[in-house]
Amino acid sequence: MQLLQNLINALQLGSFYALIALGYSMVYSILMLFNFAHGDIFMVGAYIGFGVATGLIALSKMGALAMPNWLILMLTVIFSMFLTSFVGMFVERVGYRPLRDAPRASAAITGLMIGIILETGNLILLGAEQLSFPSLVQTATYNLGGIYITNQKIMIVALSIGLAFALHQFIRRTKWGMAMRAMAFDYVVVPLMGVPLNKIAAMTFALGSALAAAAGIFYGIAYPVLDPYMGVLFGWKAFVAAILGGRGSVVGATLAGFLLGFIEIFVPMIFPSTIRNFIAYSIVLLILVFRPHGFFGEPYSARLRL
Amino acid sequence: MSLLQIDKMTHYFGGLRAVHNYELDIKPGQVWGLIGPNGAGKTTIFNLITGIYQPTEGKIILAGSELNGRSPHEIASMGIGRTFQNMLLWRHMTVLEHVKMARYSKLSYGLFGAFFGTPRRQKEEAESEEKAYQLLSIMGVDQFVDQIVLNLPYGAQRRVEMARALAMEPKILFLDEPTAGMNPEELVQMMKIIRNVHNDFGLAIFLIEHRMKVVMELCERIQTLVFGEVIAEGTPEEIQNNPKVIDAYLGKETVE
Repeated sequence: MQLLQNLINALQLGSFYALIALGYSMVYSILMLFNFAHGDIFMVGAYIGFGVATGLIALSKMGALAMPNWLILMLTVIFSMFLTSFVGMFVERVGYRPLRDAPRASAAITGLMIGIILETGNLILLGAEQLSFPSLVQTATYNLGGIYITNQKIMIVALSIGLAFALHQFIRRTKWGMAMRAMAFDYVVVPLMGVPLNKIAAMTFALGSALAAAAGIFYGIAYPVLDPYMGVLFGWKAFVAAILGGRGSVVGATLAGFLLGFIEIFVPMIFPSTIRNFIAYSIVLLILVFRPHGFFGEPYSARLRL
Repeated sequence: MSLLQIDKMTHYFGGLRAVHNYELDIKPGQVWGLIGPNGAGKTTIFNLITGIYQPTEGKIILAGSELNGRSPHEIASMGIGRTFQNMLLWRHMTVLEHVKMARYSKLSYGLFGAFFGTPRRQKEEAESEEKAYQLLSIMGVDQFVDQIVLNLPYGAQRRVEMARALAMEPKILFLDEPTAGMNPEELVQMMKIIRNVHNDFGLAIFLIEHRMKVVMELCERIQTLVFGEVIAEGTPEEIQNNPKVIDAYLGKETVE
């Protein structure tokens, strides 16, 4: 019983990691850089979601535009993903594009700095108080032979998997997705085949940020507390999942995200929960020792040069 | 009407003058060759025209539009297809994907179309795929469509690269040493392909080549570049008999 109950919790936690990891993985794949600000974009996405949801609820309550809660939720997810994608594109334009040919270390600290700027910017704007996410889902608990599942958890897990699948299809089937895969190994020939690098880079950030925003809203629904530093530890863990999944692999990042969720939830079943992360990340470290390229990563090959 | 016209192009790398007063005037359907010793600046000229470098001086005009200041992807989609000396293929992608990728600028469906599979997208994708198959069969590599390009024999990889360049529906094709590293059999095949591409598509071709046999047989006009300067331009006969070219490049031995 306990096992199955935990399975559900692990799937939910894994959903957050997976959605955030996808953004890390895509950016890493095409630009060979770690967007360390990505965890904070998740935070910004959650706050944007908070703003949109609050606005829509107010609008609905005023009677200007009466909407059922599920519609508000859908609109919140869609608008917030849309708005946060612009945050991502802005970060790329301001922080990364000018540094594309700079040493990778410079680009890496750019991410750290943008992260700090986003966190403290939020503090300046909204203060240090935690916000509580408006409840949009009327919680219903289903009892399946002693296992309690809430509709929230089902929704979060299903939507997360759906989004990961959509991204997978996008990368496999569209011309932009194909360009992203080509860019992973080459900046030289891709433009000479008529593909605009800057547009593809911006799009990658936009997609990753939109998924992070979805994760942010789901997080807000699951643990209804937002604070400006919520993206830090979460971001780090999702980053671990991205690398564990293998460079640029959508399937890998998603699976690794869920695996992390499982390890974190199941370790406390055996060990005291105070050493949860200690054990969990020792396991991850061990996996990496045996699979240094991650689950679906290919050994790095040098970029093409003229 | 010129297809590709270059007027007094000069380029410096720092203090080094790599190209000096370079002029070119290719008419539609012509095949031109560029020869010269290693380091003469041949590939640099390709890079200047395709927008990888911006020339320090001089104007480049393709079919009436100026190319100066445009980015490589714009220039490519305006009609310059290119292959590379050291064959730059995407090693993790399939043969078909190479050709489809090069059709990027020919697909005009938007994000909406991509997500909702509009009829326009279906139609464009289908057309594109058909074009890709066509090109691959012309190049004789259609049996490899779904293979990772790295697994193909060398000559076949070269032909995939050519198919990729043609998939952009270029007005002119730039070939940078298309027969480099080929065995005699592959060489003959490649020359046949270049000839076919020229005849069937009526395409202008500008090629850099070290093998005299290839250049002399394929090109109607040849430029000889030495230290970034054209020392001779003319028909194959004129080039072969030009004392300056023999001196600087061909050497005293007879050309076979």
